[in-house]
Amino acid sequence: MGQPLLTVDGISKSFRGLRAVANVSFEVEEGAIVGLIGPNGAGKTTCFNVIAGVYRPDSGRIRLRDATLNGLRPDQICRAGLARTFQLVKPFKDLTVEENVVVGALCASGSVSEARAATGDILARLGLKAKRFQRASELTLPDRKRLEVARALATRPTLLLLDEVMAGLRPTETDEMVATFKALNRDTGLTILLIEHVMRAVMALSQHIVVLHHGEKISEGTPEHVVRDQAVLDCYLGEEVEV
Amino acid sequence: MSGLFAGVSTRGRVLFAAFLAFLIVAPLFLNDYWLAIIIIVCYLGYTGQSWNLMLGFAGLLSIGHALFIGVGAYTGAALFVHFGVPPALGIFAAILVAVVAGSIIGALGFRFEIRGVYFALLTIAFAEFVRIMVDHSRWLGGTAGLFLPVQNREGIDLLNLRGSPLMFYYIILFLNFGALALCRWLLAGRLGYYWQAIRDDHDAAQALGINVFRYKMIAVMISSAMAGVAGVFYAFYYNNLFPEQIFSVEQSVQVTFAPIVGGVGTLFGPILGAFILMPLGRVLSTLTEHWNLPGIQLLFWGICVAGIVLFRPAGIWPWMARTLRLTVRPGKDE
Repeated sequence: MGQPLLTVDGISKSFRGLRAVANVSFEVEEGAIVGLIGPNGAGKTTCFNVIAGVYRPDSGRIRLRDATLNGLRPDQICRAGLARTFQLVKPFKDLTVEENVVVGALCASGSVSEARAATGDILARLGLKAKRFQRASELTLPDRKRLEVARALATRPTLLLLDEVMAGLRPTETDEMVATFKALNRDTGLTILLIEHVMRAVMALSQHIVVLHHGEKISEGTPEHVVRDQAVLDCYLGEEVEV
Repeated sequence: MSGLFAGVSTRGRVLFAAFLAFLIVAPLFLNDYWLAIIIIVCYLGYTGQSWNLMLGFAGLLSIGHALFIGVGAYTGAALFVHFGVPPALGIFAAILVAVVAGSIIGALGFRFEIRGVYFALLTIAFAEFVRIMVDHSRWLGGTAGLFLPVQNREGIDLLNLRGSPLMFYYIILFLNFGALALCRWLLAGRLGYYWQAIRDDHDAAQALGINVFRYKMIAVMISSAMAGVAGVFYAFYYNNLFPEQIFSVEQSVQVTFAPIVGGVGTLFGPILGAFILMPLGRVLSTLTEHWNLPGIQLLFWGICVAGIVLFRPAGIWPWMARTLRLTVRPGKDE
């Protein structure tokens, strides 16, 4: 085991007395796919937003390799190599699908033409190539979710944060998306940290799972370990989950 | 050059060339009255383009563009009147002052994340501050106004911007189409992508590595620089400046009419809007002359804007471009 890619070290975040995230620590190894799960209101998205620089943590440290991310703005964190998607999709609605991805690609490109050239592969991976000239506002929700991922990928991240990208997808679409992320992880070595409610997807993708409840980490380990953990079963999964 | 016409159909290019050619030769057969009207049309198109760059491209609503026009006008005029600095040089000072004004508003607004209507209020407030300051400045003529000496009404003195209406006609025509080309070029580049991303979703833009503060500042600075140039034109064309006129909210609002009617966020919208509103307004004023209805033109423009907002909120240009097939959608052949 080498040095972890992402180290989250004891982060806490409160909103007017409500402890949304309390002293959460975990690590994401280079090349891994890690799942962050927990019931609604467990603090998953807040945790993401702290890592992505939307909120400043009240305490704790976040490191990407050797670089400290605390206190950086979201754009600086993106440029440091950490891209994220939004749970409520945020397409640039008046731009075409391709232009949306170009905006992301400009982060890692010297010119617009270079950025445009970089979009082809990403659009193909996400199955958006045929729709690249459509306006983002014309897309269906599953396609908007794919666009959200494509745009984040275009910034050429070393770590991709996915916030519930499978929510609202049909099972076959979920399977496609899972396959896409597996392929990305395999082909490019992309490290992924995902929040997900669709257990089928989390179990299929993650090598390691972190479970949050009431803002605290209550369990962590392999999918097999987590689904048998009594604390997790009590608060979240219930008895009937199959791996 | 070909990049400037990307996405424009052959028909669109031909019509554009014909339109531009018409405007270039127009002085041969238009009388001074209509020439003066087209000068105002181009002035509105140009200032509209500057305003559109902020709202249409970067999503920043300004209702204080009179400020940038006004400080540009007063800077160019005062340097000329007091120190004899020719406007060909003074224009750089005018641009500088306008950009400083824009930067102050931008820095305050964006640092404290003031967005939308609240940002617009900030722009109005600053325009009002400066109006009151100029009102009380004896050096700038105060409420009595600042007047430029008029010696040369016939010839062409570009250095001092003294000359015939024809000279002003070609200057504003050049500015109008120069601004169109500039905006077209900006929009196709990194700035254009970043601005539109910020306009459509501020948070998503930031998450994709865009320094939103910097790119919003650049939008305000370019827009205010363009408006400052318009101010110098205004000062030397009209030869008189009154703070309650040039810094008025009315002036700021007038700047918005042409792009709203033509199409906010479109490149040709401001020009189209100006060409629709101004001549129609003038014809209406002429027709109703013997009833003596002051302000009829503004009332008419207001009704036009309300109608557009209600029935064709994207403006006339997108609809016209589609109906007449002047543009090509990306990925489609003509």
